[in-house]
Amino acid sequence: MTHLVWAQLFRKKTRTVLTLLSVIVAFLLFGLLQAVEVAFESAADAADARRLLTIARYSIIEPLPMAHGRAIARVPGVVAVASADWFGAKYQNESNAFPVFAVDPVRYLDMYPEFRVSPAHREAFTKTRTGAIAGQRLVDRYGWTVGQKLPIASEIHAKTDGSLNWEFDLVGTLDADDPAVRGNTDMVLINVAYFDEARQFGRGKTGWYIIRIDDPAQARTISAAIDRLFANSPDETKTQPEKEFAIGFAKQIGDIGALVTRILIAVFFTILILTGNTMAQAVRERIPELAVLKTLGFSDRAVTLLVLGEALLLLGLGAGVGMLGAVSVLPALNARTGGRFPPLFIDGATWLLAVSIAVGLALAIGLPPALRVGRLRIVDALAGHR
Amino acid sequence: MHGIDLDIARADFVALMGPSGSGKTTLLNLIGGLDTPTGGSITVDGRRIDRLSGGELARWRAANVGFVFQFYNLLPVLSAQRNVELPLLLTSLGAAERRRRAAIALALVGLADRARHKPKELSGGQEQRVAIARAIVSDPTLLVCDEPTGDLDRATAHEIMLLLQLLNRQHGKTIVMVTHDPKAAEYAQRSLHLDKGTLAPADEAPR
Repeated sequence: MTHLVWAQLFRKKTRTVLTLLSVIVAFLLFGLLQAVEVAFESAADAADARRLLTIARYSIIEPLPMAHGRAIARVPGVVAVASADWFGAKYQNESNAFPVFAVDPVRYLDMYPEFRVSPAHREAFTKTRTGAIAGQRLVDRYGWTVGQKLPIASEIHAKTDGSLNWEFDLVGTLDADDPAVRGNTDMVLINVAYFDEARQFGRGKTGWYIIRIDDPAQARTISAAIDRLFANSPDETKTQPEKEFAIGFAKQIGDIGALVTRILIAVFFTILILTGNTMAQAVRERIPELAVLKTLGFSDRAVTLLVLGEALLLLGLGAGVGMLGAVSVLPALNARTGGRFPPLFIDGATWLLAVSIAVGLALAIGLPPALRVGRLRIVDALAGHR
Repeated sequence: MHGIDLDIARADFVALMGPSGSGKTTLLNLIGGLDTPTGGSITVDGRRIDRLSGGELARWRAANVGFVFQFYNLLPVLSAQRNVELPLLLTSLGAAERRRRAAIALALVGLADRARHKPKELSGGQEQRVAIARAIVSDPTLLVCDEPTGDLDRATAHEIMLLLQLLNRQHGKTIVMVTHDPKAAEYAQRSLHLDKGTLAPADEAPR
């Protein structure tokens, strides 16, 4: 029966190929745009429900005293505390900007077990005051090698001699197995002990705290308890689950999800109209042939399924080729962005969504003509074609 | 149709003649299970087909009736072989067996060497032979033919009628054929004349 569906679908090759191309392009676009959305949401997806973030109450750029860390650690439910400070880096020129965080190596890396750092690199980072470890994608982008000096300028922090030019020793790399996490490894970590001592101002302060708690269900209670600790002090805090923080941060760029959804609705609505019209026309043209099939003994259901099968084959083929096209384009796109953008990839949920959309569209465009053919009276359809 | 009482014996070859609008095709549709009567009964091989539901009628047609049309009604996208295989798609036969049976049917109508050709690559006579091969491939007892020579020249029409006669005489197929052509009707064992929905033997029909 498959050859019959295939043959009927490609009855008019040019028309089918053009329709197929439009479906392929739609799903190629879908794959690429979904990859962008997933990349933007990956920070939130990668967030750990057992992690909270504490920033200054009114702005993340306001530093917090390092002493807050010890107080936070005493809050019931808090298991571990790490801190990070924004370095404000630029490498070689303005366009080479990437996050550089001043951290306590052990506390910070313990806080993010999803980051993969070899024991040797971890130990070197811990023991080297001027040490730095960098995300593997950054290392690849700039062609760094472990062991080299890493000259990085800061736009915020001057050294005690007034210079903004810092130099670190690249002692290791970090990476992640989960593609959703890998985007979060596009950073350089430097040792806060050295940074705090060597900077001209801001000593004893840090940017934010990352807090591990024992029970995610208590996240709100613990957040409130932390913020109460510093209420009415000069350094009030705002604590929230990591996921909320990541979503809020991504939304500063714009609601990518809503934007992508709107574009895709427009694309698929156009496909629905175009393909639906083509399908209806194609079926209308061969009503007598379908009546012949019924004459030969094909049941109403069989003929209905035959037409529906054509719609499913058309959309399935188009969606499959389009999605595979997106998959094959993404590595090149990732290479072109040079790691300046979170890694684009198509996750399982996107594949599932593509299948659902393809099946939904196939039913929407295939069912009306299929049901019409199913109800067809043979004698009426054959009249004039005998 | 008015008061039609028609008995067709197994292995009979009946030509239905009559002017346009006389009801020939309607009668043929009823006999072939393409339409159902508003009254009366149709019994084929002991089974009341007028009582069958749409689905049952489709299954009955697939198993018992072969159809031959004036304009062949082959699917243009399929080769002759695939067209002949169509009725076998409704059976549980495997692909190899379907191919084998279709090849036999095509050989029977003398078109073994045209199996891979599409309908548009065949002459009218060859198309009608493919249609006949399709009609007999599932070995039905009844062949229903609606103007099978209506679109053919005299010589080709003769070949087609000889083929139908062969199927009737040597393979025992019961054939009911509608035709306007008295020459074609001569190949049948008997002719009936239908006029304004009433049936009469052809020799009693008004000239």
